[in-house]
Amino acid sequence: MDIINNLVMGFGVAATPMNVFYAFVGALVGTLIGVLPGIGPVPTIAMLLPLTYGLPTVTALIMLAGIYYGASYGGSTTAILVNLPGEMSSVITVLDGHKMARQGRAGAALCVAAIGSFFAGCVATMVIAAFAPVLSEVALKFDAAEYFSLMVLGLISAIVLAHGSVLKALLMTLLGLLFGIVGTDVTTGVARFSFNIPELVDGIGFVAMTMGLFAFAEITTNLERTSGQRELLAEPIKRIWLTWQEFKQSALPILRGTFLGSLLGILPGGGATLSSFASYTVEKKIADDPSRFGNGAIEGVAGPEAANNAGAQTSFIPMLTLGIPSNAVMALMAGALIMHDIQPGPEIMTQTPELFWGLIASMWIGNAMLIVLNLPLIGLWIRLLNIPYRLLFPMIILCCTIGAFSSNNNMFDVWVAIVFGFLGYIFAKLECEPAPLLLGYILGPMLEENLRRALILSRGEYTVFVTRPISLVMLLLAVGLLILVILPAVSKKREVVFQEEE
Amino acid sequence: MPLIRQPKNFLSGLLFMGFGLASLIISRSYIIGTAAKMGAGYFPRALGIILIGLGALLCLLSLRSTQEPKIVWRWRPLAIVLLSVCSFIWLTNYLGLILTSIILVLISSTASEEFRWKEALISGVILGLAATALFVYGLAIPLPMWPTFFSSGA
Repeated sequence: MDIINNLVMGFGVAATPMNVFYAFVGALVGTLIGVLPGIGPVPTIAMLLPLTYGLPTVTALIMLAGIYYGASYGGSTTAILVNLPGEMSSVITVLDGHKMARQGRAGAALCVAAIGSFFAGCVATMVIAAFAPVLSEVALKFDAAEYFSLMVLGLISAIVLAHGSVLKALLMTLLGLLFGIVGTDVTTGVARFSFNIPELVDGIGFVAMTMGLFAFAEITTNLERTSGQRELLAEPIKRIWLTWQEFKQSALPILRGTFLGSLLGILPGGGATLSSFASYTVEKKIADDPSRFGNGAIEGVAGPEAANNAGAQTSFIPMLTLGIPSNAVMALMAGALIMHDIQPGPEIMTQTPELFWGLIASMWIGNAMLIVLNLPLIGLWIRLLNIPYRLLFPMIILCCTIGAFSSNNNMFDVWVAIVFGFLGYIFAKLECEPAPLLLGYILGPMLEENLRRALILSRGEYTVFVTRPISLVMLLLAVGLLILVILPAVSKKREVVFQEEE
Repeated sequence: MPLIRQPKNFLSGLLFMGFGLASLIISRSYIIGTAAKMGAGYFPRALGIILIGLGALLCLLSLRSTQEPKIVWRWRPLAIVLLSVCSFIWLTNYLGLILTSIILVLISSTASEEFRWKEALISGVILGLAATALFVYGLAIPLPMWPTFFSSGA
């Protein structure tokens, strides 16, 4: 079996002391920021990107991946113990998880979240191992026209599956494409939109832009809200374990959540958040007594927690095999690869298999580590939650500022962060999501390149995109998705799915 | 009823049209070329046109449909946060990373309504030392630790 051989090779890479150490650091840092509300995985990964320059690529990715799934895991701890989500992906866990904690069942909620996440993580790892090679083999046969259509499909479905206005998300993506092509045009050598600034000839700094859009803007909008009370759980947690009854209740939701999450994670625009919402909706629909949901139903924690972890992990598939990041974190991962001179796409698996399989295997190690790490450390996380935001945010600003500087050792990048912080605040006020912009930014140069190549090959005939069957199917899918989401009936349903986070 | 019922959508539309227009104006000097032989100006101009078109659509849509609340802008926290970052740009090369970090933390702390001098100062000193240790020693970023105006050629 190829998969087994590959996984064995992967474990050989991932289990070296250095890589285990960085997986540990990633999982720990990830849990830390996941627990703390007000700072998400996107600015954290951006902040730590410069730190990974000196590391081997696989080690860097292992650490960054650890931050991602660690954050989605840590976010649930906060969701259960405090009545607010540590991360977007654990918004749904608040509903029943915190209720359980109020009923004195915090231990059970934490336990089921841990078991659910671990199980889902293991399954999702297998899903990646099984599916990724197939997908990347298909992708290797793609020509420029197929690639262009694939990217269009990826961007469109990311828009459709994200929440908020579709038109605004589409416009944010287009703006991202525009920001992405700032700098020297590879084909013609013309420096575009550079305003004769030498730093801009290399393009807009990726790290600095992310800091501004995600960290600075987020802090500013957080500061506007009057300090909401955190209902921190006062009583100590007795034991983190499940009764047989609770175990039976949560086994099936975990299975269903894992399945849903693995599936939705693969879709562009999917990932942890969407998966957890979908799982909650499903569990509530098929429950004998839906009214228990929202009042401490353990299924409402088990399903979404499994789903968000599965989704977090399978969302690596489109980035690693097709080179198409499906959410903001994956856009950062793609950026990290590019910084290490590796083009995200199907070539990763053929040219650097040890990178691919090492990363996959490290997810397994990371998931096991999360369990070992988190259950005993709950007390520490609770104490961390007591740090007031007024002490936290200056720290984030300081780290991001120095991080922006250190990405190129250049003050210009700090200016970039300031400009995007300002823009980000305006976007936030106008309810324009920044994630599609980041996706557009990453795909901008690739999209233009493939459009150009496809049209060179077809001698300027735009019909090439509809005469080649695979390209046509993908474009039709994209158009279909757009039409679907504009239909009044569907757009209402879509609102319902996302409404619970408001 | 006011004409613009959804100010958020209307303003976003204007913003996107503005970016589209800027793209068209700036890329004027880039060669367009043909579809078969695209110049540097082809893609940015296409993006500019689409941005303007869809931005206008967003503006139009905001004229009808349901009324939405006004946008409440609060510039003070934003100004303070961005100013604290500016202080880093302006001061680091003169005052060194430790002092600048303390100043950055102090300035940014005032953005919170719960600002307390003493607390901010203490956390500034701790963060300044920690950040310097991490970035200057740990990662060797080329920034001075201490004020440079004592030494020549600051």
